[in-house]
Amino acid sequence: MSALLRRSETVIFLVLVAAIVVIGLIRPEAWELANLFSLLRANVITGIMALGVLTVMISGGFDVSFPYFAMAAMYITLLGMLATGYSGVVLPFIVATLIGLLLGVLNGFLVYYLRMIPLIATLGSGAMVRGFLLGAIGTANINIDRMPPALIKFASLHLVKLTEPDGTTIELSAMVLIYLALALVVHLVLNHTMIGRGVFAVGGDREAARRAGFDVRRITYFIYCLAGALAGFAGLLYVSMSWLANPRDLAGSELDVIAAVVLGGASIFGGRGSVLGTMLGVFMLVLVNNSLIILHVSTTWQRVAVGAIIIVATGVTAWRDRKRAAYRKQTA
Amino acid sequence: MRRPPRFSNGSYRMPPPLIELRHVSKHFAGVKALDDVSLSIAPGEIHCLAGENGSGKSTIIKVISGVYQPDGGEILIDGASVHALTPISAIAHGVQVIFQDFSLFGNLTVAENLALSTELRERRNVVSWRHVRAVAEEAVSRLGVHLDLDADLDRLPTSGRQLVAIARALMSDARLLIMDEPTTALTSKEVEALFTLVRDIQSRGISIVFVSHKMREMLEISERITVLRNGRVVGGGPTREWNETSITRAMTGHDLSREPYRWTKPAGEVTPRLEIKDLGVPGLYSGANLTVYPGEIVGLSGLLGAGRTEFALTLFGMQPSYHGSIRIDGKEVRLASVQDAIAQGIVYVPEDRLGEGLFLNQTINRNLLASSYGDLARYGFIDFTQARARATAMIEGMQIVTPTGERPVIELSGGNQQRVVIGRWLMNDARILVLNGPTVGVDVGSKAGIHHKIHDLAVTHGIAVLMISDDVPELVGNCSRIVLMHRGRFTEDLSTSEVTEAMVADKLKALV
Repeated sequence: MSALLRRSETVIFLVLVAAIVVIGLIRPEAWELANLFSLLRANVITGIMALGVLTVMISGGFDVSFPYFAMAAMYITLLGMLATGYSGVVLPFIVATLIGLLLGVLNGFLVYYLRMIPLIATLGSGAMVRGFLLGAIGTANINIDRMPPALIKFASLHLVKLTEPDGTTIELSAMVLIYLALALVVHLVLNHTMIGRGVFAVGGDREAARRAGFDVRRITYFIYCLAGALAGFAGLLYVSMSWLANPRDLAGSELDVIAAVVLGGASIFGGRGSVLGTMLGVFMLVLVNNSLIILHVSTTWQRVAVGAIIIVATGVTAWRDRKRAAYRKQTA
Repeated sequence: MRRPPRFSNGSYRMPPPLIELRHVSKHFAGVKALDDVSLSIAPGEIHCLAGENGSGKSTIIKVISGVYQPDGGEILIDGASVHALTPISAIAHGVQVIFQDFSLFGNLTVAENLALSTELRERRNVVSWRHVRAVAEEAVSRLGVHLDLDADLDRLPTSGRQLVAIARALMSDARLLIMDEPTTALTSKEVEALFTLVRDIQSRGISIVFVSHKMREMLEISERITVLRNGRVVGGGPTREWNETSITRAMTGHDLSREPYRWTKPAGEVTPRLEIKDLGVPGLYSGANLTVYPGEIVGLSGLLGAGRTEFALTLFGMQPSYHGSIRIDGKEVRLASVQDAIAQGIVYVPEDRLGEGLFLNQTINRNLLASSYGDLARYGFIDFTQARARATAMIEGMQIVTPTGERPVIELSGGNQQRVVIGRWLMNDARILVLNGPTVGVDVGSKAGIHHKIHDLAVTHGIAVLMISDDVPELVGNCSRIVLMHRGRFTEDLSTSEVTEAMVADKLKALV
């Protein structure tokens, strides 16, 4: 029992339950099925991108470029679809994922070969990709009338459809399943493959990982490519779900995603983090944003909330790590 | 079991050395790190590499483990010449190195730390946690130790992490275990346990190369010694033919005086420099009484975690919640902050001088002057001419070896860095010097130099010195009294004129 309580996932889960209860007491409509379904739907995009950021962060790296990779992958893929009149679903998602992955190679190169600090490297690569996208490829929105119908149809798939007494329908998006499936894959990779353990090892002690025989170069490329690929996929899914493709969109969302991952117990210094914790962190962040809307708090205050979450969550993690260090010193 | 090859006449011949270096040399940017080094390690022997910092010990380790390729000479393994030894082929030959930092992962469990190398060697792609567990259990049972396999490694004390590193190394069918300064961070009890373990590993036919600069340990554990100086082998042979004096002479090239420092209380009434009555910090230690006279050196020892560092930090104003009385030169003082302590002329040289005491990337001058810029300022501007003059005088006084005070401290050797820390505090008229582990990780030549400097300070400046140390010869050779601390209390106060090193060592080992 105490082992369960010591896990950071348990703590986040309990905080999450408490938050849901409190918000529901203030605004009972928060507990309505329609709101819960929309909450789950809102988890998908942030969640998928968070899986990539989690992997990067466990390895001791950092990534702020992924929203821009997501938009570039999405926009290039859509323009391609419009130009060719292609009306499938699977191929575009593969293309968007590959574009994200290729951009991830750039991050891997900057971090591994040029030994750049990941924050600076990805700040630069993100800005470059965004500038290139807007400058060389286009700035025009792709509205609902030009969006490929196949994508919209795919993103509208639902698991449950209920009709309320007043005639409105509520749906649970099937995209939640895609998120869960990707989360399961990332969980399995991190915890049950050697490359996944290598990510943890590099995050624990890079030099020791090299000496133990891990291929640190391969691992570095792997994590940044994974983050890029997940971002590319999430980018296309995002516009499919929102029916509007704006290449300037998602700018600044890196803060939300990083906040969610840190809130989920991942250490900003690397070595620690879990998929389950990250999913709970994402849910928590979405819930906070959603509740502020329900509570009629202006959206600008959401930024204050997200900023505060990053500071508090990072502070708590740092405090935990300090306590661990103190414990070791005491017993040494 | 491998049988030694038999001659046609039926007699067994001596097995060839496990590893032999013949006339090996290695240059770095024109500097000879190894110069015509020949040495051999027999199967199943414990071989000590002795030498001061920079003598070539670590270069030899890196050559044997394939990290460096020598520029000249030959490496033989099992009597056969090996070309281009790489880290991977060295491991394949059974060479395992336990680095000073252990190269483990604090964020992973003990079990995974034990199993990772095995899994990587087996070229697994998928992790079976049952297999991890099995490998880890085998590793600890091979070593015959008990470890909590599910604990995160960073929850283990240093000695526990060392056990994990050893157990992991033995999992790869090691034939030669190289241990780089394995006793540096261990208490004397833990060193004892390590030696028992090392002998047990030896009894399985595994050779051990033990790198150390602690004479006592070398003489106790090894069967053969090779002494290095400036990249050359300057002596070697069976350990029984060596003693502390002869090793020191070989390592440093000259005799070091081992004249103990003996302070005698002058006749008549003398005011103690430091008088502590019933000092305590709730939860850390209590009931501490101590008197130190000008010019006296008092030792403080005991297990790590006994409260000795906390006691020292109280004197440096870092435990403001203390109770009890502190008198300096007969005057009651209250040390509520580091500023208070400095104002009273108390100097604290921390254990981790690199982490706590120095700005490594800054120049020696700046480090020396770091706490005296206040005195040097005139109308808010620093008098740099005077500052440089003071720093230069201190470099000379402390005998810091450097071409100029404008070099960064990080370029200095450990012993010289230690002198910079002490020198800085002497700039502002110290009355009491608290040294925590003053010569941890310092080689024997610099160690004697630091001791000599401390004696000099005590005599000429009448400074009272409190020396916290685990190094018994250091305590007995310098202090007039040795106070032992155990679980937050002063348990013994030994006069060094009445005890021997062996007696102090036994008392330390008896602490649990």
